[in-house]
Amino acid sequence: MKHLSRAYLVLIFGILYIPIITLIFFSFNAENSTAVFTGFSLRWYRELFASPETFEALRNTLILAITSASLSTVIGTAAAAGLYRMKNKILKSGIMSVTNIPMMNPDIVTGMSMMLFFVAAAGIVGISYDNMGFAAMLIAHTTFCLPYVILSVLPRINELGSSLSEAAQDLGCTPLASFFKVELPNIMPGVLSGFIMAFTLSLDDFVISYFVGSSNFQTLPLLIYSMTKKKVTPDMYALSTLIIVAIFILLLISNIRSSKEEEKRKRRKVK
Amino acid sequence: MTYVTYHDIFCTCSCVRKNKADEEGNSKEMAKLIELRGISKSYDGEKVIDNMDLYIRDKEFITLLGPSGCGKTTTLRIIGGFESADEGELYFDGAEISNVPAYKRQVNTVFQKYALFPHLNVYENIAFPLRIQKVKENEIRERVTEMLKMVALSGFENKSVSTLSGGQQQRVAIARALVSHPRVLLLDEPLGALDLKLRKDMQNELKSIQQAIGITFIYVTHDQEEALSMSDTIVVMADGEIQQIGTPTDIYNEPKNAFVADFIGESNIIDGVMLADKKVKFARHTFECVDGGYAKGEAVDVVIRPEDVDVVPKERGMLTGRVTAVTFKGVHYEIIVDIDGFKWMIQSTDYVAPEEDIGVYIEPDAIHIMKKSKYSGKFGDYSSFSDEIDQLSDADAAEEF
Amino acid sequence: MTKKRSLMRSIAAAPHVFWAVLFIVLPLLIVAYYAFTDADGAFSFENILSLADYADIFLLSLELSVIATLVCFVIGYPLAYIIARSKPRTQKLFIMLLMLPMWTNLLIRTYSIMAILDDGGFLNQLLNTELHIIGTKGAVIFGMVYDFLPYMVLPIYTCISKIDKHMWEAASDLGCTPVRVITKVIFPLSLSGVISGITMVFVPSISTFYISQKLGGGTFELIGDTIERQFVTGALNTGAAISFVMMILIMISLTVMNRFGDSDEGGIIV
Repeated sequence: MKHLSRAYLVLIFGILYIPIITLIFFSFNAENSTAVFTGFSLRWYRELFASPETFEALRNTLILAITSASLSTVIGTAAAAGLYRMKNKILKSGIMSVTNIPMMNPDIVTGMSMMLFFVAAAGIVGISYDNMGFAAMLIAHTTFCLPYVILSVLPRINELGSSLSEAAQDLGCTPLASFFKVELPNIMPGVLSGFIMAFTLSLDDFVISYFVGSSNFQTLPLLIYSMTKKKVTPDMYALSTLIIVAIFILLLISNIRSSKEEEKRKRRKVK
Repeated sequence: MTYVTYHDIFCTCSCVRKNKADEEGNSKEMAKLIELRGISKSYDGEKVIDNMDLYIRDKEFITLLGPSGCGKTTTLRIIGGFESADEGELYFDGAEISNVPAYKRQVNTVFQKYALFPHLNVYENIAFPLRIQKVKENEIRERVTEMLKMVALSGFENKSVSTLSGGQQQRVAIARALVSHPRVLLLDEPLGALDLKLRKDMQNELKSIQQAIGITFIYVTHDQEEALSMSDTIVVMADGEIQQIGTPTDIYNEPKNAFVADFIGESNIIDGVMLADKKVKFARHTFECVDGGYAKGEAVDVVIRPEDVDVVPKERGMLTGRVTAVTFKGVHYEIIVDIDGFKWMIQSTDYVAPEEDIGVYIEPDAIHIMKKSKYSGKFGDYSSFSDEIDQLSDADAAEEF
Repeated sequence: MTKKRSLMRSIAAAPHVFWAVLFIVLPLLIVAYYAFTDADGAFSFENILSLADYADIFLLSLELSVIATLVCFVIGYPLAYIIARSKPRTQKLFIMLLMLPMWTNLLIRTYSIMAILDDGGFLNQLLNTELHIIGTKGAVIFGMVYDFLPYMVLPIYTCISKIDKHMWEAASDLGCTPVRVITKVIFPLSLSGVISGITMVFVPSISTFYISQKLGGGTFELIGDTIERQFVTGALNTGAAISFVMMILIMISLTVMNRFGDSDEGGIIV
């Protein structure tokens, strides 16, 4: 039984990784082919780094991911704190279900709705849609990141309970001060993982950006899309390889962080 | 630590007392239902059970008693089939079952936290083992109804198990384990999560269920009172080894070593020296006793139960000392007396004032002599009041809740 | 007074509520508005009625995404189970291995499959064959399964790893063979994970347009492609109408599925 399940794991993960591995493999191809390997070369990486388009897209993607993750973390953490204290159950569950809509809805519908909204908004304000580029993307990304932030912070606040902040207020803190001095440090792991989640989601998003984005604000996924529209050259593979490596490092860091936290918890328990 | 008077135990247990020859190993072979031979088990290099031999008779209520980490739960899990021993064999009704999986054993378990299936209601939880055996629907209904009646939960059939109280969940777990007529029921600290009052009620109920259906119960607990009041046989365990096996009265009256004496009930454990048969010296005084068979001059542990010490006027005492504390306990006073620097615990119905000098008188048959063991001195050569074992059992309780 | 105070306590949620109304609810209302008006802004049912023309596309999308979801479940449940039952360290390793493709962009993953399965692609070069895979239903389904399998495995894994380990022992104690332990106890207890897994695979599968564009080789049009085409050609009213109907259908099926899941799951007693 043990051998069988091990074999199964190997098989499935093998299938899962073969495409990724071939992609990385062919990014080092000397020739302009994604099927026949002729020799090792860094040609496509060189070409990639030579193109200003890539760097602009990378810069845009990072700016967008950092700003939208920060904005959604701030709004979402505040929302979680507020929702935790909300006494009205119906109002609370109503807000939660509205919040979750972008999570449940297909991305294509969210993208479509956002796009129509911005078209209408641009019409009312009287600016051209193309000038909204970054603002529209920021709003869209923040919106679909919000539920994930709230979902990662809210359980922490629930777990923490209200006794700590009551104690702080009993000792003379204002409600605001007790939030920043007592509650926030304790829910920080949830806030951080919410931020990381939002950051990665924004980095990864293609569908919504595709609908909302305008030509003057290109992100990496949009760049990849336009690259795959034409006949693909291995420079797209080189770009993908770099992205995969970056994600791998990010995952590794967050994994080490979480296991460290777990160890801390365990040690506390033993004590 | 819960505290039991000698009389409590005597009253509850006199009816189930067994002759001593039985315990000594002269018992009839046919009565052995389960037998452990040389069982050992380690986790991460740490020995939890060390070369354990134990047999369990048919239809008896046997309790594995000991502090947390003594190996009692592991023993139970080996019998249940959830763990396999590293060494040794396990026999059931004469057949080796070490490698028989849990689902083929005629042994069912009541788990510590009940392990009721949250996706099934009360009725379906109890019907579960019968459905697995493909019992006919009308027989299932009959047997589940009967079980519900036995555990006083008639009318709860369609309730979700998560809405039940701890005591009710407990009853469902018992009914579910008994419905398929196992030969043996294993109970792993089943009352640990209940409050005191409920625990007492359930003790009586469990005992009467066991007598009514007449099967073997193997019960694991760290609560000595529970063990004393329910069991036919108690197995006292510590550090993965059996310290003593016997009836509750034997265990209480004739503890084999300092650990047992201290773990069961309250006791004063004092260093002594045998002068001759039936003569022991301790606390700078020579006492008559009833035990013999020790070498002349052999160092021994002397156990004296607090209720067996009589308070007398100073002049008439065999020993004298100064009272340092008196606590009213309801039935009696608990008196701490400083005798030559050792604190003794005495239970008396008569009040004495703190700081008063008193004498104590000890009858020969109240003096229990034990051979020295690795536990000697571990629990102090004075009264066990507020010593390590209390912390041990407290830690145990804290872990459970 | 007390009402005011309790409102004050939750004031922190206000920016979010404002945000959600403006950027979630309002855009959806605009979709509905577009769906029920013509290009000049006059009220009309025409867009909705014209959806009958897309019935075949709807059905094809449904067929492919249902098959993909089922395959994901059949492959994913045992995978999740095996991972959840292995040692903590092994669990961490495999969950990380599962997350990596999940966080790798969908476009990259899909394209890398395409490059392998293509007519002149890696697989055909390697085997020296001329297998024609791209453009078949199978290729599209494979793409969906490949892209979304981690979304099936993760919630089921989380659910199984939270089940009290005594459930296995209790079931086995009461006479269940190892297979029956799973079918009678563990599977019912992990149903909520299965349902969120199904949701997380089904919703992106039925609405995808990239997978069908790349692996369908242009021979397929799924509902996502149709919406995208309306968007590219500027037929926003029709696009909105299709989006609107798809949203309603998905919301209804999600609600029904969640009901179904809830009734069977009474919460795990700890």
